[in-house]
Amino acid sequence: MKKFMRHAIFYSVLIGIWALLAKLKVWPPYVFPSPQGVVESLAAGFADHSFWIAIGVSMKRMLLGYSLSVLLGMVLGLGVASNKFLEETMGGLLVSLQSLPSICWLPLAVLWFGLTEKAILFVVVMGSLLSVTIAMETGRQQMPKIYGMAGRNLGARGFRLFWHVLLPASLPYIISGLKQGWAFAWRSLISGEMIFVSLGLGQLLMMGRDLNDMSQVIAVMILIIAIGYIVDGLVFRTIERRLQQKWGLAPAT
Amino acid sequence: MTTNPISQPGFSEHRSPVRGSVTPHKSGLVPVRSNGNNGTAKLTLKNLSLTYKANGSSRLLALDGIDLKVKPGEFLCIVGPSGCGKSTLLHVIAGLQQPTAGHVLVDDNLMDGPGTDRILIFQELGLFPWLTVSENVEFGMKMKGIARAERQEKVQYYLRLVHLAQFKDSYIHQLSGGMRQRVALARALATEPDVLLMDEPFAALDAQTRDLLHDELERIWAETGRTIVFVTHNVREAVRLGDRVALFTFRPGRIKREYKVDLPRPRHLEDVTVAKSAREILDDLREEINKSLEAEYAGEVLKR
Ligand SMILES: Nc1ncnc2c1ncn2[C@@H]1O[C@H](COP(=O)(O)OP(=O)(O)OP(=O)(O)O)[C@@H](O)[C@H]1O
Ligand SMILES: [Mg+2]
Repeated sequence: MKKFMRHAIFYSVLIGIWALLAKLKVWPPYVFPSPQGVVESLAAGFADHSFWIAIGVSMKRMLLGYSLSVLLGMVLGLGVASNKFLEETMGGLLVSLQSLPSICWLPLAVLWFGLTEKAILFVVVMGSLLSVTIAMETGRQQMPKIYGMAGRNLGARGFRLFWHVLLPASLPYIISGLKQGWAFAWRSLISGEMIFVSLGLGQLLMMGRDLNDMSQVIAVMILIIAIGYIVDGLVFRTIERRLQQKWGLAPAT
Repeated sequence: MTTNPISQPGFSEHRSPVRGSVTPHKSGLVPVRSNGNNGTAKLTLKNLSLTYKANGSSRLLALDGIDLKVKPGEFLCIVGPSGCGKSTLLHVIAGLQQPTAGHVLVDDNLMDGPGTDRILIFQELGLFPWLTVSENVEFGMKMKGIARAERQEKVQYYLRLVHLAQFKDSYIHQLSGGMRQRVALARALATEPDVLLMDEPFAALDAQTRDLLHDELERIWAETGRTIVFVTHNVREAVRLGDRVALFTFRPGRIKREYKVDLPRPRHLEDVTVAKSAREILDDLREEINKSLEAEYAGEVLKR
């Protein structure tokens, strides 16, 4: 409760200063919109469904792209972890590729796929694939060997061994990588949508710029932050907390 | 190097505990279970050797030419100093580790890899922390494809057996060390293997619980006719439970001697006869422990 109060005070003061600066008209409103203006933009955006549509389109791309990259990352990561040669060669390559901002894949994607949905999915996948792969690889290495042995001892083989033993056993080690992958995918998607205009939150952001509508720009930025935060805070933190409680890694609250 | 001096001094309550004064009956001992020496063995180890690659180029001969036969329904205990290769041997029998040489046979069939006919209770237990107690116990049956209703029934039965029925929905980290050992026991028993391999399963139990589980294990063994290979540090425990006790040498791991335990069941850990027999094995074991300590000490000196 105390923590909540501190947050409430902090944000009230922040918005208060913002409102004051806007009221004093230090900068013209089209450069520095008032909080009321942004709230009105938000309300209008949701009222005429344009925000809902943009969120829907962006989330659909995210879910598709992220699921694809988790699947691919699992296969790649486990493959790399299972082979000494691959681990040395591919492992190194993957780490070095991670320094490439995923939006750099966009020109390539456009040349390959044209200005299609596939191109943007490609960028999203490339944005998160590497962190998921690396997470799977390290998870597989850090996971105590005893679980795999116990699973085989009790008759688990092949896919069932993977699904019932290796995957759950490595989950605590890969969950942070999966979370990071989601964050990267989200960023890649928004940048992709900004450049490659076809619906979505990123496009809404650029539309605000084109219309010189600063309130809308801020409103969409707040939306992007909020969605990222909600997914991170609600989905991934909940999974993490559950895992920690089950495994006894953290005291149950 | 395959000669394993199988001496059978015959532990019976009549004989004196001093080994030298025993009249050696070669096979005049009454086998605890009927099954002559030439009957088919449940488990046969043929010239089993295993070399570990230690750090760098040095190698460690953990098992050296182990020849062993375990009869169907026999309770074999293995004792030996720490680090002599007991766990390694069980891993090899369970098919989780490939021997460098030699074979493992079950019912005269060559084994290659793990199977639910041989279930190992790991020294580290290897319980699954992401599953509840009952899901852990259920796991082997699930992998065997046993129907859900039957699984649930058996889970209940075996959890009651190890006195953990109230903890069926707990997660592993919520249990004490001794409770975890009991979960591991229930998980192995529930899978209902022909051969049960146990690696110091009762090490973390208090005396009362251990006594209780000794009785239960003995009862289950008698009822189901399962073959058990039981590794322990505790010689008394070995004599309390085993039909036969095999003593391992320290590095390389070989079978130094075998002792037939010919005491009537039920036995108790506190029985004078058990203590007498244990003392004899203990004398031999102490020799090996001293060797292991010497080796350790020599290593320390060399490192300096
Ligand atoms: N993975 C491994 N790599 C290298 N050496 C190993 C490995 N596992 C075991 N060893 C060595 O093999 C020897 C036998 O180990 P093992 O675990 O079988 O002993 P143990 O008889 O079960 O001992 P304890 O009674 O302490 O459990 C030890 O000296 C150990 O150092
Ligand atoms: Mg051991």
